[in-house]
Amino acid sequence: MSEPILVVEGLEKSFGGVAAARDINLRLGEGEVVGVIGANGAGKTTFVNMVTGYLKPSAGTIRFRGRDITRLGPREVTGAGICRSFQVPQVFGSMSVHDNVMIALGIAEKGALASWRPLETGERARRATALLERYGIASSAGREVRLLPQGVRKLLDVAMATVSDPELLMLDEPTSGISTEEKNDIMDRLMSALRAGRKTVLFVEHDMAVVARYAGRVLAFYDGRIIADGPPSTVLADADVRRHVVGEALHPHAA
Amino acid sequence: MMDRTLLAVAVATPLLVGAGFVMPSWAVFLVSAAMAKALVVLGLLVLLRTGLIPFGQALFFALGAYAAGMALEALHATDAFLALAIGTLLSVVVAAALGALLARYRDIFFAMLSMAFSMILYGLLVKTASLGGTDGFNLPSPTYLGYAPHRGAAETALYVLSAVLLGLAMALVHLYLASPRGRLAEAIRDNEIRVEYLGASVRGAICVKFVIAGALAGVGGILSALSVGHIDPGMAYWTSSGEFVFVTLLAGAGSVFAPFVGSLVFETVRSFAVQYSPQTWQMTLGTVLLLVIVFLPGGLWSLAARLRRARA
Repeated sequence: MSEPILVVEGLEKSFGGVAAARDINLRLGEGEVVGVIGANGAGKTTFVNMVTGYLKPSAGTIRFRGRDITRLGPREVTGAGICRSFQVPQVFGSMSVHDNVMIALGIAEKGALASWRPLETGERARRATALLERYGIASSAGREVRLLPQGVRKLLDVAMATVSDPELLMLDEPTSGISTEEKNDIMDRLMSALRAGRKTVLFVEHDMAVVARYAGRVLAFYDGRIIADGPPSTVLADADVRRHVVGEALHPHAA
Repeated sequence: MMDRTLLAVAVATPLLVGAGFVMPSWAVFLVSAAMAKALVVLGLLVLLRTGLIPFGQALFFALGAYAAGMALEALHATDAFLALAIGTLLSVVVAAALGALLARYRDIFFAMLSMAFSMILYGLLVKTASLGGTDGFNLPSPTYLGYAPHRGAAETALYVLSAVLLGLAMALVHLYLASPRGRLAEAIRDNEIRVEYLGASVRGAICVKFVIAGALAGVGGILSALSVGHIDPGMAYWTSSGEFVFVTLLAGAGSVFAPFVGSLVFETVRSFAVQYSPQTWQMTLGTVLLLVIVFLPGGLWSLAARLRRARA
């Protein structure tokens, strides 16, 4: 593994008496594409929420590029170079796709927020169009976001997360709520755009076929812990993973 | 190419100034009152775009006026610009302090907490005998950098100052609303989580908007007090705040012109309603607002958008 950009040690999170994350340890190398799997309630989203500052860990440390980011909030974590997308796309519903990206670009540009020049400039609009083209949603640019299909909103959510050129991108279930036929198309668009930007990506996913196809490394979560960590072929064949994550014990006749 | 709204402000402001020299005295007074109110409503428009509406904007309306009045009295001065500078400065300082606290609250909590602050000021003013208690105190006729208009021209001079300040405020607010920081308002209204995850401070942005609204309300209060020549604690009372919210809803948030149009309609309806049905003028105003809410939910300004669509 190359020099790790993210180092997580002894990360824990409890809600009252319920432990959602227990002793999570992880080193993430630059340029890795990591798939995170686990049943509902296994701690995947809690982990992403802690790294991205949405939740404060009960114990443990998170270091990004050598800097302790354990207690930082979302804005500071974003500033440090980690951006994220959400299971439920967090976009500006009453605005057009174009305006969503324009505002994201306006915030990401250094000095733009102090500027009295209009947000809508030709140069920024060109960059917005280029970004939407990269994610294959330029044809929806003028449409109001809340009226768009889930797939387009998911892609927009990721596109907006990338405007500040983050080093690490954490995607929480980028294909949830999307039909099986569309999943590969969405992931192809996402991954080609992210690979072109040479991003380190960690994505949470329930579909094992999607994980096997796009991830170079897989983390399997169970009961708040990482129970397996390695290449997809190894992790997906692991007996504990098959029992706790894939659910073979519940479906003994499954393939 | 120059922005169409800025061009419209650049054309409308001299026309508004010119109207002050030809209108009868009662109309000059009525439009002056509308312009003072429009400045407060312009500030509310900035906040309304974030989805927040304070029920205590009268705090700054009264604060600006009292600060200006007290400063003029203490300094034995009469200069309108000095009054504006001191009143606005105090409004900004207080708005920054309260804005930092209020930015933590949303919806009805934001509205009610802002109202509570305005009622604290009201209570203080009512109990302060040195400021005239419930009676308030009178202001001298203002001078303008040494120019002391004679009795007939005093009203017109203040009218011109109000029109110029309103035009300037409309242009600046329009530029602000179109800028990246201004456009953040709609983003905050839609999704605060995404705004934070894009790297912008939601509370910081709301605080800045609250300061802008506070400063404009302060200026509006000073102009209103100079126009009437009197200040009293009623300026800080919750019904004054309600009136500003009333006009904001009546006007709509579609354009920086909307606050002036809304204020002018409000002052005109109120003047005529008081004149022709002194016992039921509130009912007349209430009926007007009800009709606007039912038939023009986007406020009076949405009529302009409808006409534009109909023509297209």
